[in-house]
Amino acid sequence: MKTANNKAWFMVLPVLLLVAINAIIPLMTVVNYSVQDTFGNNEFYWVGTEWFQEILKSERFHNALGRTLLFSTLILAIEIPLGIVIALAMPKRGPGVSICLVLMALPLLIPWNVVGTIWQVFGRVDIGLLGHGLASIGIDYNYTQDTLDAWLTLIIMDVWHWTSLVVLLCYSGLVAIPEVYYQAARIDGASRWAVFRYIQLPKIKRVLLIAVLLRFMDSFMIYTEPFVVTGGGPGNSTTFLSIDLVQMALGQFDLGPAAAMSLIYFLIILLLCWVFYTVMTSYDVDSSSGRSGGRQ
Amino acid sequence: MLELQNVSHKVGDEIYVDDVSLSLQRGELNILLGATLAGKTSLMRLMAGLDKPDSGTILFDGTSVLGVPVQKRNVAMVYQQFINYPTLTVFENIASPLRIAGKTRSEIRRRVNEVAELLQLAELLERTPETLSGGQQQRVALARALIKEADLVLLDEPLANLDYKLREELRAELPALFADMGAVLVYATTEPSEALVLGGNTACMYRGRVEQYGPTLELYRHPCGLKAARIFSDPPCNTASIICHAGQFAFPDSGRNIILPNVQPVDGEYILGVRPHHLSLQRNGTDDIELGGSVTVTELSGSESFVHFDFAGNPWVALLHGIKDFSTDTIVKFFIRPQHVLLFDAKQNLVSIPAPASGQ
Repeated sequence: MKTANNKAWFMVLPVLLLVAINAIIPLMTVVNYSVQDTFGNNEFYWVGTEWFQEILKSERFHNALGRTLLFSTLILAIEIPLGIVIALAMPKRGPGVSICLVLMALPLLIPWNVVGTIWQVFGRVDIGLLGHGLASIGIDYNYTQDTLDAWLTLIIMDVWHWTSLVVLLCYSGLVAIPEVYYQAARIDGASRWAVFRYIQLPKIKRVLLIAVLLRFMDSFMIYTEPFVVTGGGPGNSTTFLSIDLVQMALGQFDLGPAAAMSLIYFLIILLLCWVFYTVMTSYDVDSSSGRSGGRQ
Repeated sequence: MLELQNVSHKVGDEIYVDDVSLSLQRGELNILLGATLAGKTSLMRLMAGLDKPDSGTILFDGTSVLGVPVQKRNVAMVYQQFINYPTLTVFENIASPLRIAGKTRSEIRRRVNEVAELLQLAELLERTPETLSGGQQQRVALARALIKEADLVLLDEPLANLDYKLREELRAELPALFADMGAVLVYATTEPSEALVLGGNTACMYRGRVEQYGPTLELYRHPCGLKAARIFSDPPCNTASIICHAGQFAFPDSGRNIILPNVQPVDGEYILGVRPHHLSLQRNGTDDIELGGSVTVTELSGSESFVHFDFAGNPWVALLHGIKDFSTDTIVKFFIRPQHVLLFDAKQNLVSIPAPASGQ
C-alpha cells in the first residue's frame, strides 16, 4: 500500500508537542544532567554512571529510601483497612448518604500546603489545640523535637487527609453491588464475614487496586506536608526521598547527583507500582488464562 | 404446604402486596404471572421471609413462620440476575449451602457431582462463574438452589436474562429438575406463553393483588375477570364495550348487532374480550362471529403477523399465522369461534362464554 497520507502527521503533531514539552523534554534534561558534572559557567563534563553509583552507595540515600518505604507501608496498612471499614459502615441510601459523602470529601478539597499548615499549627505545643491540649493533660508531645511524635503527626495527618479517597473509591464499588447478592447471602445463611469475603471484597477489588496504587504513589512522593510541618526534622528523621532530593538539587545545587537520584526515584515508583498491579491482578490472570476451555 | 392468609405489605404509602391469600402445595409448580411491578418479587420476598407482612399470616405445613428468620426457613431462591459467589469455583459455589449446613466432605463431593451432572456442569466445576456463559452461570445458581433440598424454592424470572434458545432449553428442563424434590415451587414470570408452557398452577397478579389462582390452562380458558384476561394474554386481550338491549347485543358506536349463541341476554352494559390469536381470516363454522375493521398497521415477525386494526373505535390487534401484509386502511373481516369470546359485565367480571351452537 503506497497511499500513505502524510497529513496524518499534522493531526498528531499537537499531541506530540504537548507530550514533548511537559514530559519528554524535562525528562531528557534530567537524564542529561545525571551523566554530567559542572563547575558553573555552563561548562559540563561527561561523567558516565558515576552519579548513579554514588547515589546507590550513599547512606543518606539508603536512609531516606528506608524512611519513605516505612512511611508508605504504614500509610497503606492504616488507610486501606480503615477506608474499607468506613465505606462498609456508610449508609447505602437515605438522607445520610449525601451528608456522609460531603463530610468524606471535605479533607480532599484542602490543598496540600494548607493541610500542612493546619497540622503544623494544630500540633504546636504553645498555641495548637492538639499540642497544647495534650500538654495540659500531662502528655509529653512535641513534634519538633521528638522523632516518634513527628512521625505520628505526619501519619495521622495523612490518614486524616487521604483515607477519604479510599473510602469514596470503596463506597462506589460497594453501592454498585446489586441488592440481590445480599438477599441471596441472607437466604443462604452466610455470615457477615462470608458476605464481605466472598461478595463485597471480590466486587470492590478493582477500585481497591486503584486506591492502593494512588495511595502508594502519593505517599511515596509526599513532599509538601512534611516540608511544611517538620521540614524533614527533627534531625533527619522525617527527611523522605522527595525532601532529600530538593535539598540536594536546590539547597546544595548538586544538579548531577540530584538528577541521578530523581531517575532512581522514578524507577523505584514505577517498579513498585508494577509489582502492586501484578500481584493484585494475578488472580484474574489465573482464572481466565489458566483454564482449559477459556471464555465461551 | 405454604399458606398465605390475607397477606399485605406496604412500603411507605405504596402497597406492594394487597390482601393476598394463596395455598400452594408441595410438589406442584406455582406460577406468579404479572407485568413488572405487579408485586411478584415482593410476594416472593414475603414467602421467603426477607420481608415481614404488615398484616396477615404465612403458614408452612400448618405452622406460622412469621417469626422464623430467613436463614432458618430452608428456602432457596434463584434470581433474574445470575447470582453466584464471584471468586469461588463452580464446585465451591454449588457446595456453599452444604458447607454452611456443615455436611461432611465426602457427602458434599458426592452431592455436588450428582447435581452438576444433572445440570450439565460436570466439566466446569473448576472454573469461576465469571468465565462462564450466562446460561451456564444460571445453571450454577439453579444447582445451588437444587442441592439445598429446600422446602420452598423461589424462582424469580430465572430465564429473563437468557437468550431465546437457552431460555427454551432451560424452560423445558426446569419443571422436571424440581419435580421430585417435594418442595413448594414458585416461579415468577412476565410472559403468559412461559406460564402456558410450564403448566402447573398460575396466580395472575395485578398491582399487588392476586386476581385469580388455579390450574394454568383453566385460568387461561376461563379468566375470572378482564384484568386476569389482560394479564394472561400476549399481545393483550382486545376489548370493546357492548350493550345488551331487548335481548340484542350491539356495539354502541356502530350500532352493529352480533349474536352470541347460548348466552342468556340480560339488558345492560358489557365488555367484550377477544384474544388476538383467536381472530381468524376464515370462517371456521356457521355460527362464527364477524368482527372486522380497517387496518392501521401490520407488523410482520417471521412466521406471524400482528394486524392492528380499528374495531368500532377500539385499537385491536389480530395475531395471524403466516405473512399477511395488509396495507393501511384495508377493510379486513375477521372471524372468531363463539366459545373464544369472553363476555364481562360492567364490573369486569366474567359473565359467560358463549358456547358453539349445537352440532358444532
